[in-house]
This record gives sequence, C-alpha cells and structure tokens, in this order.
Amino acid sequence: MEINKITVLREGINSTFQDLGRSNFYHIGLPFSGAMDKRNYLISNKLVGNKYNEAVIEFAYQGPLIKIEDGNINFAISGDVKFNLKKNGKLINGDCYKNYNLSKNDEVDIISTNNSVYGYFAVSGGFDLKKNFGSFSTHVRSNIGANNGNKIQKDEKFFIKDFNDKHANKSLKYMNSKIEYIRILKGTNFDYFFEQSIKEFTSKEFLVTKLSDRMGMRLQGPKIKNLKDTNIRSEGLIKGVIQVPADGNPIIMLSDHGTIGGYPKIGVVISADYDRLVQIPPGKKIKFELIELKEAEKLYKLYQMETENLLSQI
Amino acid sequence: MIKNISNLGDAALYCDFGNDVDQKTNFKVIKYFENIKKQNIKGITNLTPSYNKLIISFDLNVVNFKELKTQIEDIKISENKIKQNQKIIKIPTCCDDEFALDIERLSSKLNLTKKEILEKYLNKEYFCYMTGFIAGMPFLGDIDKKIRLERLETPRVKVPKGAVGITEQFANIYTFESPGGWNILGSTPTKIFDQANEKQPTLICPGDRVLFYEINKKEYFKINGNK
Repeated sequence: MEINKITVLREGINSTFQDLGRSNFYHIGLPFSGAMDKRNYLISNKLVGNKYNEAVIEFAYQGPLIKIEDGNINFAISGDVKFNLKKNGKLINGDCYKNYNLSKNDEVDIISTNNSVYGYFAVSGGFDLKKNFGSFSTHVRSNIGANNGNKIQKDEKFFIKDFNDKHANKSLKYMNSKIEYIRILKGTNFDYFFEQSIKEFTSKEFLVTKLSDRMGMRLQGPKIKNLKDTNIRSEGLIKGVIQVPADGNPIIMLSDHGTIGGYPKIGVVISADYDRLVQIPPGKKIKFELIELKEAEKLYKLYQMETENLLSQI
Repeated sequence: MIKNISNLGDAALYCDFGNDVDQKTNFKVIKYFENIKKQNIKGITNLTPSYNKLIISFDLNVVNFKELKTQIEDIKISENKIKQNQKIIKIPTCCDDEFALDIERLSSKLNLTKKEILEKYLNKEYFCYMTGFIAGMPFLGDIDKKIRLERLETPRVKVPKGAVGITEQFANIYTFESPGGWNILGSTPTKIFDQANEKQPTLICPGDRVLFYEINKKEYFKINGNK
C-alpha cells in the first residue's frame, strides 16, 4: 500500500486539528471546541469528498507550510486565505474552494488569512488520527483531542488515511460575508446594566482587541455600567455568551471557553451569526443588534438552508 | 422544582432553581442533571449543572427552545428520592510553605495562626457542588466560616497544577495550570483529571464528598501524579 505522508515545515500561528466538536462533557469542564467557522469547515471536507465530520487543520492568521513527504495528497482550503503551491518546483498561486493534487516533495504554503481569522485545510481521505472523548477536536488547555491535545508543531509528520483523486476538479464559487454587525438576544442578566449602557451596547461600535483567541473575544468600546452586582454565582456558559466583568469591557465566549463563569451576561450572539463573528479580526469594529428569539430561530433556518445549498453545489 | 426556564441565546435552556447556594438546592440541580442525562433526550448536546442553575444546550437543527422547554417541564422528580452520595474521596495534600502560597495572607487577614487555619480546613467533609471551568475542577463547600476570605485582588497569571485553594465558602483544586485568584493552601499530588480514562476522567463528581488530609513533602513527591 502506498504511504501518504506530510511534514509540517512551519506550524503557523494557531494550527490545530478540529472537527464538529465534542458534546456532552460540559459538566466535567470540557468545552465544545470544534471548528470555529462551521460553514467553512463543512465546505472544506465536502470539496475533498470526505465525511462531513472528518478532522481538518484549522489555522488562524497564518497557516502551516506543508511538504508532501511521501505519496500523494488531494486537498482544498476554505476561508479567505492567501496560499501558494510548489508543484514540480513551480510556484502557483492557490485559490480557495478548489481541489488540488500534490505529489512527493511538493509544498503548500498557507501565507495568511485576508481580513479574517480562520481557514481550513482538508485532505481527501482524512488524516490518520485518534479521537479523544468522542472527537478529533483539539482543546490545548486540557490537552485533549487529536495530536495528543497539542497544537500542530514544526517537523511533525501526519499520515493521510487513503488518498484518492476522484474528487479532483471539485470547486465552489463562494464569497465570505464581511458584514460587521452581529445580532444578539438578551442575556440572562440583561437587567444588571444601566439603560444608558444597554443603549450604547446596542448602538455604538466595539473594537475587537488583540486579546482574542479560540476561548474568547475581548471588546473595547463605551464602558458597560453595572447597576446591581459585577459578579454572579458561577454558572454554566455556552459559546456566544457576552459577559461583562467589573471593568465594563464585554467578553464574548467562543468555542474553547471555560465551561463555568461568574460575570453577568448582557447578551448572547445568535447561532446564525457565530461563523461571521469568529472571522472578525482584531482591529475591526463590530456593532450589535438586539433581536427576539423567534427571529433568531428563523435566521438560523435560513443560515442552515444556505449552508446546505452551498454544500449541494459541490 | 425548577423555578423558571428561560432561553440562554437561541440554543440553550436556562433552568433556574433559585438564588440560594446550599446543598439542598444543589441536590435538586444534580438530580435533574442525572435524570435528563439518562433519558438521552433528542437534540441535547450538553448539560451544565452549577450551584443553583442547570444549562441545557441543544442542537437547533433538531429541536427548538419551546419544544425542549415543554419536555423538561414534564419531567417529574420526587423530592424524597434526593439522597446524599455516600462516597468520600480523600485527597492527600501537602501544606508545606513551598505549596501554601497564600497562607501568610490568610493568617494576617483572618488573624489566625497557620496551624489554626489548617486545622479548620483539613479533615472536614466537603460537598462537590459542580465541576468545570477547567477540566475536572471541583467546586467544594462549605468551609469553616472563620477561614472564609475573598479572592486575591490581582489573580495569579499561573496557578500550578495540583494547587488546592479556598475562597468565600468554597474550596477547589486546580486540575491544570491556569490563571486564578483563589487563596492557595497547599498542593495535592493526586491526579484529579485523567485524559487517558475516557469513561471516568474525573476523580470528583457533583454530589461527591471530599476530604483533604495532610501529607509531608516526602510523601508528596512519592505519590506525585501531576508530574
């Protein structure tokens, strides 16, 4: 049997294996994790003909430089990503949402994400990895998931399960939406905050700061003033919850968040807007719009229909 | 027994059992948690019990808030079935100055000697209200009223793995190195969260009883499972 193997020549900034996430472990302190931008994750797997929940490499800002050590690979990159291929010694500009074949000694250099945060690198057949607690998703903080719960490191080698190129020429025409307003629902401690602060929260711009990662996104803008208590009894969190600590700067919980938290919750990002939210890079400003549950549910259906429609075009 | 169910975002139920933080309220939360977990209700992706709340996350592709709320409201749990878990987990703890990072602070703020603090803290049965924040971290209570103190004004950037701490009425164990603001009294060499054991990764579960007993440095390094 042919061995298909890649080597990581440069690891990138935050490259990890991710799938659809890990359910049913919040109560012991393991977050859901999984691909931050679910739609792009699903598209990358579909482009290489994988099962919808196969592990892919997720990278942030700058991705890895990968060399084909042995055999062949067939891959696709999704997101808004600048990358090059070195094929038979020739340098080629890569296009996202397109399927490519590479052979021994070829390289793929994932240079950067454009005006966004996350991108996905999927290989046909999938990486040969072990699941941990029912999922490949890596949670670095608790050392759980594929690759022994670690980020992908320089010089590491990974095997591809079974190469095939029957998906070659698959592609998709897709533009990632870059609208920087995010819809939210009222949080369970909405009444902890001054009316003026709530007004500002839902009308003014907030800067996404550099202190943002897979765990959370810290924002800066008008200070959100608390009128009751700046702490609550610790309780469960979910991704998308917007907590406001005593300093008045909101923090949005993202996929690797701590499972329990003790700051008041002013709002929760709707599920339909989560993929767009996580792709907003530090330095950009976002605005929040308060909507009702019914509307959020409708918007999710729409989001889901769009996703399925995109996947069916591949 | 659930006082109110509201939505937390569009994909979670927020079950409120009141504002009290006591074992009676927490038992109810744990009973609901265990009952719902056993039922394998379609669409539920996660359950997060805490002192007096239970958060139920669900897959919006499968079920919605209104439907799941009705299902949860229909669950009947009889009060008299609520029994304490009799399992006691004994945690060896070394309170040598090397590990008791905040005992001086506690001593001066509480006006107690180090020995008095440890006497009040060690060899008492605590109740596990919940686990989480970081993998396997138990939230235990209630500690002696005389040794209660608020968190550090400036939390540590790194609390070492194995550190045992107290704040307000609670005690905990840092199962991984993590930022944190609890008053550190010692360190346990016992592995509390074991990634390799997928069936039972956590040594301490909600509802369990936990007791800290003192060991010396020599014994500590002999057991050390946190290396």
